[in-house]
Amino acid sequence: MTAADLALQPALPLRLRIRQADSIVALLLLMWIPLTLYVMFGSYLGDTLKNIVLLPAIPATIALYLIAVTSWRESPVAVIGATLVFFWLFVAVSAPYLPLIDPNRPIAPFAEVGAFKKDHWFLLGADFKGRDMLSRNLWGCQRVLVWGVSATLVAYAIGAFFGLIAGYLGGWWDQGISLICNILLSFPVMVLFILILNYLGPSGFNIVIAVTFASAPAIMRIVRGLTLDTKSRDYIFAAQTRGEHPLRIMIFELLPNARGPIIVDACLRLGYTTVAITTLTFLGLGLQPPDPDWGLMIKESTKVAMVWKFSYMLLVPALSVSSLILGFNLLADGLREMSLRD
Amino acid sequence: MLKLLASRLLQMIFIMSVISLILFAIFDSDKFKKQIAVNELGGFAVSALSDQDYQAWLQKKGLQVPFYERYLNWASGVARGDFGKSFEKNESVAGLLATRLAKTGLLAFWVFALMIPLSLLFGVIAGMREGSFQDRLTSFISVLTTSLPEIATAIILTVIFALGLRWLPSNAAMVNGWDWRALVLPVLTLVLYDFGYVARMTRASMAEVMGSQYIRTAVLKGLPYRRVIMRHALRNALIAPFTIIVLQLNWLLSGVVVVEVFFQYAGFGKLLLDAALYGDIYVIQAATLVAVFVAVLSQIISDVGYTFLNPRIRFT
Repeated sequence: MTAADLALQPALPLRLRIRQADSIVALLLLMWIPLTLYVMFGSYLGDTLKNIVLLPAIPATIALYLIAVTSWRESPVAVIGATLVFFWLFVAVSAPYLPLIDPNRPIAPFAEVGAFKKDHWFLLGADFKGRDMLSRNLWGCQRVLVWGVSATLVAYAIGAFFGLIAGYLGGWWDQGISLICNILLSFPVMVLFILILNYLGPSGFNIVIAVTFASAPAIMRIVRGLTLDTKSRDYIFAAQTRGEHPLRIMIFELLPNARGPIIVDACLRLGYTTVAITTLTFLGLGLQPPDPDWGLMIKESTKVAMVWKFSYMLLVPALSVSSLILGFNLLADGLREMSLRD
Repeated sequence: MLKLLASRLLQMIFIMSVISLILFAIFDSDKFKKQIAVNELGGFAVSALSDQDYQAWLQKKGLQVPFYERYLNWASGVARGDFGKSFEKNESVAGLLATRLAKTGLLAFWVFALMIPLSLLFGVIAGMREGSFQDRLTSFISVLTTSLPEIATAIILTVIFALGLRWLPSNAAMVNGWDWRALVLPVLTLVLYDFGYVARMTRASMAEVMGSQYIRTAVLKGLPYRRVIMRHALRNALIAPFTIIVLQLNWLLSGVVVVEVFFQYAGFGKLLLDAALYGDIYVIQAATLVAVFVAVLSQIISDVGYTFLNPRIRFT
């Protein structure tokens, strides 16, 4: 492209061009796919690929953060929330390139906060096996984020699909789907988690299934309500008259017009899922050792760290997970505030 | 009203029988029978067991019978108040469940006794003047406390009050007999987590009422502000929080699991988790049914209570 061609382009500032939806989706995928590949299928990637796969995700994360901050600057709450969430996202994508030592290498057991032992400075101390807490804590966010977001996404895909069907088609579809949802909703969530994970066995993929069972009914209800609300609009009748397929109407006409409340609910639900994953791992039903994650760090420390001197082993992961959830909740609050304003 | 109640109760019975059937079918698999065997006899013993001995063991435990037959036996037992026998603890499930439920009930009682007045007070004060300092402070506190998951709240409270100040024990197993001090941290954890949500809902409801016409009329009429709040606003503003508080029972049954495991308080949640990890099917069955029963009952109470309290809504 020559300079003359560039001059012919419409005079849209780069900042605005980048904010258009397509580029945001592209950036999200650029951030998310490498991270998911790295965490879920890291063992299949091979060493060289594993070393470089996260590189494109780092600029994508930074770009997304800048976009988020500029477009939500009217709501300080949302900006604070986005900052917390993106801090952990940035740590997740850049963890292999940060100057951290191997989180699974035992060095000096029970080294205290700030201790200097065996040529290593333990900024946040070491756990009972002598693994560096700072490194474990930062690496730990990868698994929580990836499994949490994946589980929420799957739950949303399934819940929204059934919600659309129940709301749009009505009749027997509605009756049947609502009955199944009522049965699932009559379980206390944790009871459902325990039953499903006990049946399937503890692992990340099974957490996704369990979260889907627990969250999809509630999502289905929300989407169903929104669908019933938008169903009687003129543009839906227009689409029906054009002879569009019901599936097409649901996905391209109904869903985009119900996105506001869905996005807010998704942010809240991301928080719940993060809580669920940490709690389940703590109970021994979630992710498995040795790779670090916050629930596992808490689980391993509860047996040994019940002393004031070693309480950092519990506090560090607990505060980290709280900050991430606080980020999601503030984001949801800010987005809701903004959507009510206009 | 009676018709609504009857249909909801029927629905509850239907849901509970479906769930119990599904659970029986699930836990009938060979994998789970093996799990029980491993947990009772030890992994080595099971792998050394000959096939014949294993079958004999199953026979002895009554696991050999096909599951629908077991289910029918169990269901007729439940109708007579017999919930079967625990594999792990070798005592009747009904007795075990009763003691554990009593303990969790005590926990729940204190949680509600503290949480309801606290959250209503904060919510009403915040909702009285929307956007004021106290409103924003309450919002901030409630977002913060609801963002801390129970496990984090439990850790922070334990580190401060049990490990740092040494005021309270960090462990609520109570092996040396009853101790009320051990109950403080579990109750506080649950209250802190739940209070924010109820307070926000109360605030929203109160703010809505305060913006309505009849409150403006009451204020313009010259009634004292106290009287407007106490007599006019609160009555309508507390209807929505009532249903939400009742629904918290459902939430409490999930929240109680992690808190009881963390503090090693021998209650219902710990029983459920232990039974699930062991594969103790009759305990899982009974505990799940109790949980579902409480959850559905709380939904019914909240629905019926709402129609009762709010004369504008009547189901036909």
